[in-house]
Amino acid sequence: MVGALGASTVDVRRPEDLADCDGLIIPGGESTAIAKLMALYGLYDAIRAHHAQGMALFGTCAGAILLASKIEGALPDQVPLGLMDVTIKRNAYGRQIASFETLLPFEGADGGEVRAVFIRAPRFAEWGANVKVLSTHNGEPVALREGRLLAVAFHPELTSDTRVHKYFLENVVGTQVI
Amino acid sequence: MKQPLTGQIVSEDTTGTLRVKTGFAEMMKGGVIMDVVTPEQARIAEDAGAVAVMALERVPADIRAVGGVARMADPTIVEAIINAVSIPVMAKCRIGHFAEAQVLQSLGVDFIDESEVLTPADEEHHVNKWNFAVPFVCGCRNLGEALRRIAEGAAMVRTKGEPGTGNVVEAVRHMRAVTDQIASIAGLRDEQLFAAAKELQAPYELVAWVAKNKKLPVVNFSAGGIATPADAALMMQLGCDGVFVGSGIFKSGDPAKRARAIVEATTNYQDAATIARVSRHLGEAMVGINIDTIPPSERMQERGW
Repeated sequence: MVGALGASTVDVRRPEDLADCDGLIIPGGESTAIAKLMALYGLYDAIRAHHAQGMALFGTCAGAILLASKIEGALPDQVPLGLMDVTIKRNAYGRQIASFETLLPFEGADGGEVRAVFIRAPRFAEWGANVKVLSTHNGEPVALREGRLLAVAFHPELTSDTRVHKYFLENVVGTQVI
Repeated sequence: MKQPLTGQIVSEDTTGTLRVKTGFAEMMKGGVIMDVVTPEQARIAEDAGAVAVMALERVPADIRAVGGVARMADPTIVEAIINAVSIPVMAKCRIGHFAEAQVLQSLGVDFIDESEVLTPADEEHHVNKWNFAVPFVCGCRNLGEALRRIAEGAAMVRTKGEPGTGNVVEAVRHMRAVTDQIASIAGLRDEQLFAAAKELQAPYELVAWVAKNKKLPVVNFSAGGIATPADAALMMQLGCDGVFVGSGIFKSGDPAKRARAIVEATTNYQDAATIARVSRHLGEAMVGINIDTIPPSERMQERGW
């Protein structure tokens, strides 16, 4: 998706894959499975180190869970990256039968509402004073920005709408989007 | 007929849309879904990094051994597994048995597998999966079968292989059939696509979509015979999006270790050094059955139409 916006991309499985990255997208998936593989390959420390050097991060759904400083309902060994001043609750909207899509305003995305697909989505329970709310659903935040971090509870990658990714590239990574 | 991957117009919160169903399957790409029969096994699978578990009363190898009519699992087992883990839980209904599917949806399972592993309840019709908010995965042996299931509303497919054998040969046959048939229709002219649809016994709209996009409109996992990390890597290199491991894990000597090894091999399917490392000292693999010793009438892959 960011490729269509002119960014060059690389799949990240190991720390060395991060070498040339200005930004990292942690997509949806099972946060427990992603966390196990991240721990196994030493990606926790590598991501934290690259972020400290300026690498921007964008987490959707499971990725947003991993960016948080605290996970409610985590397994004992499920540790977040602890980069963003938010507390997040896993599977907070219920099981798959409760998964839904809707249209939501998104601050920073021009041209009206974005289509938001929530799949066994997490919920932001608490967020710090420096965290900016970009989008809400029924009054609750579903997209949050803190410095070089962007966390979204839904899946912009499941639509053909590139505006949330464009927001990440332009405003969080800070690159020119063609 | 509904078009693949074009969501309905949605202005308020809407559950059970095609995008919500197929998108959920997308989230499991690159992952391993493991058959489990107890909450303890489910936790082992979750700890190993499974993206979902399949809640069953018996794994396919035992269904094969026991014989008789295999049905949907007891809801008590499904619920106990749902309560044991935080990852998605799938469960199987019999082919065409929409009442079992209704029960599974009411229990809160995240995905229903309309599965040839159980004894079919209808020899002509599969479940009309558009009638459900919960997504379905169905088995296929070739492109036509995959597209027929997608036309009925399946949000995900899996090549069938031969369940409960620990023998990957049928999984390979079916995955190659699907990918070869996609390649063979990719270059066809418009008028040839009508003939291809007739030959594949699949709806023209879906055949044309596949020819244009050179892929299936939904995620396709591999199933039926994967028993080792190298089996998983083989199937991933043949083009599947992820793997189901049924009897292969909990019918082996050290399930927790084998489960972790298959997860790692599936993620790093092109990295032979990693697959070599995780393949060491896994203990005994499931014994396995040679396909030509199973009479055609007992081959589960022949079920479904």
